[in-house]
Amino acid sequence: MSNLVTLTIDGRSVSVPSDYTVLRAAEVAGIKVPRLCFLEGIHEASNCRVCVVKIEGQKGLKTSCSTRVQDGMIIKTNTKEVYDTVSFNLELLAGNHKFECWKCSRENSCEFLDLLRRYNVENDFSNAKLFDQKDILFNDTSGAMVIDSSKCVLCGRCVSACEKLSGLGILNFNKRGSKTFVGPALFHNLEDSGCIYCGKCIQACPTGALREDDQIKTFERALRDPKKVVVVQVAPAVRAALGEEFGYKIGTNVEGQLFASLKELGVNEIIDTNFTADLTIMEEGHEFISRLNHQGVLPMFTSCSPGWINYLEMYYPEYIPNLSSCKSPQQMAGALIKTYYAERLNKAAKDIVSVSIMPCVAKKAEAKRPEMGRNGLRDVDIVLTTRELARLIRHQGIPFRDLEPIKPFGDLASYTGAASIFGASGGVMEAALRTVSELLEGHSTPIEFMEVRGLEEIKEATYTIHGTEIRVAVVQGGMAIKKFLEHMKTGTKTYHFVEFMGCVGGCINGGGQPIVTAEIQEKVDVRAKRAKVLYAIDESTEFRKSHLNPAIQEIYESFLDKPNSHLAHTLLHTKYTKRSPYSGS
Amino acid sequence: MKSIEELIKLRDSARKNINMRLNPGSIRIQIGMGTCGIAAGAKHVYQKFQEEIREHNLKNIILTPVGCMGECAFEPLVEILESNGNHTIYCQVSERVVEDIVEEHIIGGTPIEKFFLSAIKR
Amino acid sequence: MLERIHVIICGGEACSKQEAKDIKREFDRLLEQEGLTDEAKTVMTGCMGLCEYHPVVVMYPGEVLYHNITVEAVATIIEEHIKHGRIVEQYRIPEPFDRGKIKNISQLKFYKMQKRIALRNCGVINPLDISEYIARDGYFALAKVLREMDPKAVIDTMKRSGLRGRGGGGFPTGLKWEFAAKSVDDIKYVICNADEGDPGAFMDRAVLEGDPHSVLEAMAICGYAIGAHQGYIYVRAEYPVAVERLEIAIRQARELQLLGRNILGSHFDFDIELRLGAGAFVCGEETALIASIEGERGMPRNKPPFPAVRGLWGRPTNVNNVETFANVPVIFMKGADWFKNVGTAKSSGTKVFALGGKIMNTGLIEIPMGTTLREAIYDIGGGIPNKRKFKAVQTGGPSGGCITEKHLDTPIDFDNLVELGSMMGSGGMIVMDEDNCMVDVARFYLDFTVEESCGKCTPCREGTKRMLDILNRICEGKGTEEDLDVLERLGKMIQESSLCGLGQTAPNPVLSTLKHFRSEYEAHVYDKVCPAGVCAKLTTFTITEDCIGCTKCARNCPVGAIHGKVKELHHIDPALCIHCGACKVACPVNAISTKPVMKEEHTHV
Repeated sequence: MSNLVTLTIDGRSVSVPSDYTVLRAAEVAGIKVPRLCFLEGIHEASNCRVCVVKIEGQKGLKTSCSTRVQDGMIIKTNTKEVYDTVSFNLELLAGNHKFECWKCSRENSCEFLDLLRRYNVENDFSNAKLFDQKDILFNDTSGAMVIDSSKCVLCGRCVSACEKLSGLGILNFNKRGSKTFVGPALFHNLEDSGCIYCGKCIQACPTGALREDDQIKTFERALRDPKKVVVVQVAPAVRAALGEEFGYKIGTNVEGQLFASLKELGVNEIIDTNFTADLTIMEEGHEFISRLNHQGVLPMFTSCSPGWINYLEMYYPEYIPNLSSCKSPQQMAGALIKTYYAERLNKAAKDIVSVSIMPCVAKKAEAKRPEMGRNGLRDVDIVLTTRELARLIRHQGIPFRDLEPIKPFGDLASYTGAASIFGASGGVMEAALRTVSELLEGHSTPIEFMEVRGLEEIKEATYTIHGTEIRVAVVQGGMAIKKFLEHMKTGTKTYHFVEFMGCVGGCINGGGQPIVTAEIQEKVDVRAKRAKVLYAIDESTEFRKSHLNPAIQEIYESFLDKPNSHLAHTLLHTKYTKRSPYSGS
Repeated sequence: MKSIEELIKLRDSARKNINMRLNPGSIRIQIGMGTCGIAAGAKHVYQKFQEEIREHNLKNIILTPVGCMGECAFEPLVEILESNGNHTIYCQVSERVVEDIVEEHIIGGTPIEKFFLSAIKR
Repeated sequence: MLERIHVIICGGEACSKQEAKDIKREFDRLLEQEGLTDEAKTVMTGCMGLCEYHPVVVMYPGEVLYHNITVEAVATIIEEHIKHGRIVEQYRIPEPFDRGKIKNISQLKFYKMQKRIALRNCGVINPLDISEYIARDGYFALAKVLREMDPKAVIDTMKRSGLRGRGGGGFPTGLKWEFAAKSVDDIKYVICNADEGDPGAFMDRAVLEGDPHSVLEAMAICGYAIGAHQGYIYVRAEYPVAVERLEIAIRQARELQLLGRNILGSHFDFDIELRLGAGAFVCGEETALIASIEGERGMPRNKPPFPAVRGLWGRPTNVNNVETFANVPVIFMKGADWFKNVGTAKSSGTKVFALGGKIMNTGLIEIPMGTTLREAIYDIGGGIPNKRKFKAVQTGGPSGGCITEKHLDTPIDFDNLVELGSMMGSGGMIVMDEDNCMVDVARFYLDFTVEESCGKCTPCREGTKRMLDILNRICEGKGTEEDLDVLERLGKMIQESSLCGLGQTAPNPVLSTLKHFRSEYEAHVYDKVCPAGVCAKLTTFTITEDCIGCTKCARNCPVGAIHGKVKELHHIDPALCIHCGACKVACPVNAISTKPVMKEEHTHV
């Protein structure tokens, strides 16, 4: 099928496989055709009409993203006609776009703005005030995600991403014609729509129409409050991606600069969510062993990914008994900050502002769950995504690239390699297997479980531990979750332990991570590059098994007693409950 | 039906039933009952014909709805087909007019010219 | 007196009486000669109303009608019909109930200039009774196809007939079938596009309501030709009568096994289901229609791949519109060559139009391609009422354009209309007279498209809205010179870069009126005047001498701008008038004039 065809684009002859689109062929020829709505493999519906080209002998203009190459085609991408059409289409889009670039979440990653600059687009349609502006949907009631249709260019990427990546189809086009807007069907609010907050739509959006619910301002005010102690935790995957916001190559570890920048911002205490990742393995590992030995409900499902928790509670509540009762590392850290750590700091819990930096949008919703706190105080007060932190660093004029890397200066910051890989799909499973196998066998066991790593949506493996065959699986992304659970219902395969992540790739590809433009997504395997950072950290650590972390041993000795103790249960475990996707029903 | 022969048989018998000239003295009344006709009141006209036929105990009458007849501006349209070959189209027929048509035309045998299209248009 | 056969000869005025007499004499002479006077008897009658066919002879029993009889033909009829009981097909009027004696002259003209192929059964048969359709040779085309033809021959016949899609684009139907036939797949589909949506167009509805079986039969033929066993009719839910009759028709056809398994013993299976659309105009676009049937939002998809390759649920699919299908059985009954001879060389057959607007005979007409616009409007349509002057005719609905007086003698076919900047479309034909403002007309159609755009692609979604904004401004007297330029540039850009036909043709009503009636636009923009007196803000309301002084206008004026004593001529104070038009509505004698009064200060802008 991929025999070569030769065509001429802007006078350049180029030979490409016959299944290429004109857009791709142009790229091969070194010609940059403008594009806006095209998101390879996800959204190829050619809504925007910005990539139009003239094909000799064909009527009108054709979208290069959807037109297959043919032998002998003669294509012009830059005639006056094409240029005017592209400019006009961009001008039309600009006419309904609310320009608030100074406070836009896409200040440095707006694909739309790049095009407007490239074509030096006039903005008569909105400036002239003679033209109608359409109604705006603004929905920020979920506390996790915001839809602001005043920024939307109706490219449709989010709709496709929601359908094809989460498998849920929450976002859709509403109304029609010039009144069209994207939002949950039937004009529901996002929190009342069945959305799991995986944020795949945000990552797909070329503008700032979809974003996290921004808490930068709250954070800034907390930093300026003399009565408060600000304690910040940072999730494993953040260090693997934050650098991209400051011009580093995808797949650069910026852990030291990350902590340095937090210090620059005036944070009082820094802890590492990696620490509670190790703690999670202790709790979850022991829970698993206990279920295994006492005929508990199996397979046991991991509970670290709040997107996944949302998915299960809303769509497969019958499997709630399978969930580990462990809180996620973020919430374990939050609980410790407001109790154990407050005591250590000699502060009242109410004077501590607990902040987490997360690669995830669902974490914002998780922190707001009513059971995640005590005495009227939240365990985690503020959740910032990787992107929000990057914006804050930029806005404060902190020279990120020039910062001297530092180590965290809080007590709960040491971690093992097992914790660091939590951010990649399969990481939680591997970390758990490292500890569980050693605890069960009673002697040192292998470190690496390669079978559970990688980008495959559903990974399965069987390990013999202490004479028992342990069947495990790793499932990533909404589509695979549905497939796996449906299969579990009807199939004959049984498992002991399954790791689930709401996002394909795990936290490194979370909905709160830096935006990678559609063009770069095509060329670079972002997930693999970021995951590599985490596995590199793993290999460089002194201890690579959670139970070997001296700080973990210390906290059990001095505070928690032992895994799954009464206190551990009070602070580190929770209950999951069935929820309707639509509130009020 | 399993064969073309059966189809032919069905056609021929159907033709016999609806062919006016094979049924001397019979009258076929067609009411234009597309959406256009129905909107103009054809359903009431149809029902009125049913009532009138019952009331006068008329035999040998086929009353049938048909689709749009084209002259939508002048609906409801009623077409009377007689076995002698006479075809008459009445326009803007009301329930009141139905009584006249039945009495004067169908029973009396005299078409009522004032309800023809030419009269209406004037 | 008990002759076996009666020969009825029409001796009406319209037929040449002499010719009829000659024919009667010849019959009598030959019957005498053959010794058949006891067998047959001739009768001369008054006019049968079959004047189109004169001279006419009817044979009883059997009610066989022979037409265009000559004296020479009499011998053949006696030999074949009377002696051997064989019908002489050559002279036969095939229809069992022709429109015989229509006593109404204007109706006769209305029908006479038409040629009813697609509408052949509409208004003639009972659509609720399959036997009436069968009586008119219904399902015989299917029977013929199944018995005598292979799929290739069916497609060849379709290609030879020259039938082109009646839904708007005019793509050759036979070619379309061939593409679908050539796609290799076990499962294929036939779809009937009954999502008629043009404002003022209702020909598909008429066919579905008046003759549903012709569509079912044609779909089965198409299924046989392309290798499909399942058909869908996508009909809008706003057509409840059509939906009900289709349901009944499908049920009756299934009962007679004319749909379903092993149709007429041919081992060919075909069934049809209805799918109801919510009435979005864009779902008339075939890819959007397919998306809608699949349960998706009705938005067009990219072509290629064409539905013939990847259509419904990814399977090869042939989509034709209702009127196209309604022509198909006739092509097989009367032959491709017969069909090809109707109409013009490049557009064969007929076209159904919905006549509307400023025309006497509002309604549905079917005319051979090649009929001129003038014939359609004046001869069949009866011309413009109230002695007003013709201004333009709009064809093609919101995708079409306006055609002026100058081009009224153009024969109607696909290519000529496109040449004139309009298009065939699904068949709306709206006549406009001097009281129509062409800017307002363009605005009306654009408003429709803006409402009906699906919102998928930028040019159509945003561009048409911007054009409408501009037209609204122009109609309010706020237009600028630059607006006309932007309208043209936007229009061209939308045509070139929209995704589907809806968008690509949406600017046509504006561009064609801009071309033919630019002076009207300019009057709105420069002189701030609406020459037709339609755009209220640009119209000066005055009271004419016809005023009877009833005071109704003054009482209805919301701003008290009208003064006058009872039974005296009233006046409107232009300084107070807000152009709302309430007086015009209130006036019982139509004495409120909305003719623009050119103001001095406006003429020199």
